[in-house]
Amino acid sequence: MVKIEFLGPINKENMDLDISNLSQLSEILKSDNEVSSWLDTCAVAINDTLVCTKNIELKDGDKISLLPPVCGG
Amino acid sequence: MGKRKEYLQIFDGSLAVEEITNFWYNKYKNSNFGAIITFVGVVRDENQIEGLSFDIYEPILNSWFDSWQKKANEKDAIVLMAHSRGNVFNHESSYIAAVCSPKRRVALELIDEFVEDFKAQAPIWKYDIINNQRVYAKDRSTAIIGAGILS
Repeated sequence: MVKIEFLGPINKENMDLDISNLSQLSEILKSDNEVSSWLDTCAVAINDTLVCTKNIELKDGDKISLLPPVCGG
Repeated sequence: MGKRKEYLQIFDGSLAVEEITNFWYNKYKNSNFGAIITFVGVVRDENQIEGLSFDIYEPILNSWFDSWQKKANEKDAIVLMAHSRGNVFNHESSYIAAVCSPKRRVALELIDEFVEDFKAQAPIWKYDIINNQRVYAKDRSTAIIGAGILS
């Protein structure tokens, strides 16, 4: 089981999913109306490290964070 | 980066600018840094906003900050930063960045790169406060490098 968290303005409760890679997550979130429009612009972190590819195997207990566009200051 | 807390501080609400910048100045003026530059961001009164509000994701902010500290240290400099969480009203400060360096040129260049990269990459989300409601500042926000892999 991996935990998915949606940061900042996405405003969606965490999810626990039984998936083993980011491609599976992509398919699930594309069909989720609350999140699908954010996917183009969201960065992804696994266990608080940003990743740049979907080709990563997930392990039980991993935390995946979706980070929408930022604007500090 | 055991001393990160000395360099990166998050506060609830607006920043006490004089207190923070005086503390930094007093702390570092005897360290033989020939140049200390501070950048203070102040919330502007525009577009009928009452102020701004911020969410911060600290684990990734910390690693982003650590990578800048490493880059600064390679030039014998240090970076400092303070940022607000929650509401900051017009004409108050939400962000202070500073560079202390032995050399003027290094400090001037680093403060520019540090502030610009902060705006584009640091995991902080900004909302306008309008009629007491938070409205995500979508148009002023920038996607983090590598965004879109799930689309």
